[in-house]
Amino acid sequence: MSHAIQDRPVATVKRTGSLSSARLPRWSPIAIAAGSIAAGIGIGVAAGWHSKIQWGMIAALLFVLTTYALTTKVEGSRQAKDNVATSLVWVCFVLAVVPLVSLAWVTISKGMEVLDVYFLTHSMNGVLDAEAGGGVYHALLGTIEQVAIATVIAAPIGLLTAVYLVEYGGGKLAQAVTFFVDVMTGIPSIVAGLFILATWNLMLGFGPSGFAGAMALAILMMPVVVRSTEEMLKLVPNELREASLALGIPKWRTILKVVLPTAIGGITTGVMLAVARITGETAPVLLLVFGTKLINPNPFEGAQSSLPLYVYEQYAVGTDAAVSRAWAAALVLIAFVMILNLVARGIARWKAPKTGR
Amino acid sequence: MATTTPDIQRSRRAKSASRPGDRVFSGLSRGSGITLLVIMAAIAGFLTYRAALAISKDSTNFFTTFEWNPAGNPPVFGIAVLAFGTVVSSIIAMAIAVPVAIGIALFISHYAPRKLAKPLAYVVDLLAAVPSIIYGLWGAIFLVPYLDGLNKWLNEYFGWTYIFDKANDGPARNLFTVGILLAIMILPIITNVTREVFLQAPKMHEEAALALGATRWEVIRMSVLPFGRSGIISASMLGLGRALGETMAVAVVLSPSFLISGHLLDPGGGTFAQNIAAKFNEANEFGRDALIASGLVLFAITLLVNGAARWIIGRRKEYSGAAA
Repeated sequence: MSHAIQDRPVATVKRTGSLSSARLPRWSPIAIAAGSIAAGIGIGVAAGWHSKIQWGMIAALLFVLTTYALTTKVEGSRQAKDNVATSLVWVCFVLAVVPLVSLAWVTISKGMEVLDVYFLTHSMNGVLDAEAGGGVYHALLGTIEQVAIATVIAAPIGLLTAVYLVEYGGGKLAQAVTFFVDVMTGIPSIVAGLFILATWNLMLGFGPSGFAGAMALAILMMPVVVRSTEEMLKLVPNELREASLALGIPKWRTILKVVLPTAIGGITTGVMLAVARITGETAPVLLLVFGTKLINPNPFEGAQSSLPLYVYEQYAVGTDAAVSRAWAAALVLIAFVMILNLVARGIARWKAPKTGR
Repeated sequence: MATTTPDIQRSRRAKSASRPGDRVFSGLSRGSGITLLVIMAAIAGFLTYRAALAISKDSTNFFTTFEWNPAGNPPVFGIAVLAFGTVVSSIIAMAIAVPVAIGIALFISHYAPRKLAKPLAYVVDLLAAVPSIIYGLWGAIFLVPYLDGLNKWLNEYFGWTYIFDKANDGPARNLFTVGILLAIMILPIITNVTREVFLQAPKMHEEAALALGATRWEVIRMSVLPFGRSGIISASMLGLGRALGETMAVAVVLSPSFLISGHLLDPGGGTFAQNIAAKFNEANEFGRDALIASGLVLFAITLLVNGAARWIIGRRKEYSGAAA
C-alpha cells in the first residue's frame, strides 16, 4: 500500500493528471479518417486509377494502419489492438453502407426519369423495344393477382400448421413438420419453380399461367408464414387459454376466439412480410408465367407478366429506352415491397401482443 | 400446452375428443401440417423422377461433363461447370460477406451510438427484403463498370497468383463480380442473425471483463465472440444457402460459358440456378428435364447446407434468432 501511495506523485508528474496512461486526443479517429481519405484520393489520382473502389480501399487500409501505428506509439499494444478493432468495425460499416446506399440512390434517381401516371396505367402492347413509352400496368396487375392467389393458398395452410405445432403438437409428426418447415425456408426459388414445372406443366400438360406461378410462390411463402405465426402464438400467455378452457369453452373455439385474436397483429405482420418476400421473386415466374406484353387479367389462362419479370425482360432487351423502363419498374417494385414492409412493421408495433399480466 | 393438473387435463381431453368442432379443427390443422410434409416429399420425388428420365438418356457422365447440349443427338449434358461456378462464387461471397457482416453486427450491437443503432438495425432489416432482380440490375449496370478498374488493377499487381490473371479483356461479367454481388446480397441476412446473437451475449460477462480492465476489443473477444460462435456459423450457413440458390442476380450479371477456368476475372462459367434461367426458354421438354436434373442437385446441396445450419442452431436451444 505504502508503495503505491509513494508512487502516485511520480505518476502524476509523468502523465500530467491522467488517471491511466497517455491517450490520443478524442478527435484523432476523425483526423486520421480525413487524412487517409485525402491520401487515398491523392494516391488514386496520382497513379491514374479510375475505379473509385480502389481509392476507397487504399483509404481504408491507410486508416487502419495509421491508427495502429499511432496508438502503439502513444498508448501501448493492448490499446492499439482495441483501436484497430474499432477502426475495422467502422470500416466494415462504411464498406457495407456504400453499395447499399448506391443501390437505393441509383434505383430512385434512374427510376424517377420514366416513372409517371402514364407508365403505371399502360401496357407494352404495340410498343417496340427501342421505342420510349409503354408501361407496367400489365405487370403490376399480374404481380398483384399472382401474389393474391399465392397468399390465399399459403396463408391458411401456414396458419393452421402453426396452430397445429403450437396448440396440438408435441409428437413425432410435429417434430418432423418443424424440421421440414425449417428446411423448406431454404429452398431456392428456382427449385420451387422447377417442381411446379415438373408436375403442373410437364406431367399434367398445362401451359404457362399466372396460377402456376402463384403455386410456386405459395410453396415459398408457406414456411415463412408458419415460422412467424408460430413465434407469435408462443407469445400468447397460457393464462388466457386456461381462463377460456376453465369456462368450459371447447378448445377450437378457444383458439379461434382467444388465441388467434390476441396474436392477430403479429400474424398479420408475418403474412405481409412473407407477401413482400414473394413479390420480388423472379425465377419461378420466369419459368411458369412466361411473360407477355399484353394485359391478361385472367391468371388461370395464358401467359401473364409480373413486375420482377418485366424488369428482367426489359434489361435483357438492352436498348436505352428498355433499360430506363427496367429502372422505373424496379422502382415500382421496390416501393411496393418497402410499403408492405413498413406497413407490416407498423402493424406489429401498433398491435404488439399483450404479454403478461 | 395448458398447464392444468393431469386429472383435469385427462377429463378435458376425453370430453373434447367427443366434440365434433374440436375434431374438425384439430383434423384441419394436423392436415395442414401433413400437407407441408407431402409438398416437401413431392418436391423431392417429382424432381428425382424427371431428373432420372433425363439422366438415363444422357450419353455422358452427368457429373463430369463440360457441356450442356440436351437437344443434341445423342444428348450431352453435365453439371461440372455449374458446380464449379456455384461453389466458387459462393466461396468468394462468403469470404467477403461473413467478416464484414460480423463487423456490422458488432457495430450495431456494441460500437454504434445508441441513437444510431436502432434505426440502423431497422434499415438492415429492410435491406434484406430488396428483391434480388434489383440487385442484379444494379450489379449489371452500375457495379460491373466500377469493377472493371479493380479487375485491371488486380490483374496488374496480382496476376502472378494465377486466379487473378486476366487473359480476356472483356467487361467484368465474371465469377469474381458475381461473388462480390452475392456478398452484398447476403450481407443483410447474415448481419441480422449475428446481431441478434451478439445482443444476447450475457451482460454480466461483459461487465466482469470490463471490471478487470479489459479494453472493448478484449471484452468482445473474450465474452461476445465465444458466446456467438454457433450463431455466426449458422447465420453464415443461411447466407450460403441463399448464395447457392440465387438465380436472377447471377443470370443478369454473368456472361456465361461452359468452361472451367481458374482465372476468376475472365468472363465465363455458370451456376446451377443461372443456367436454368438462361437455358429454359430455348429448351424442349427433354431439355427441361435436363434442367430439372441440375435443379435437383442444387436442391440437394441447399438441403444439406440448411440442414447443417439448423442442426447447429438446434444444439443451442436457448438461441432462437433464426426465424428468417
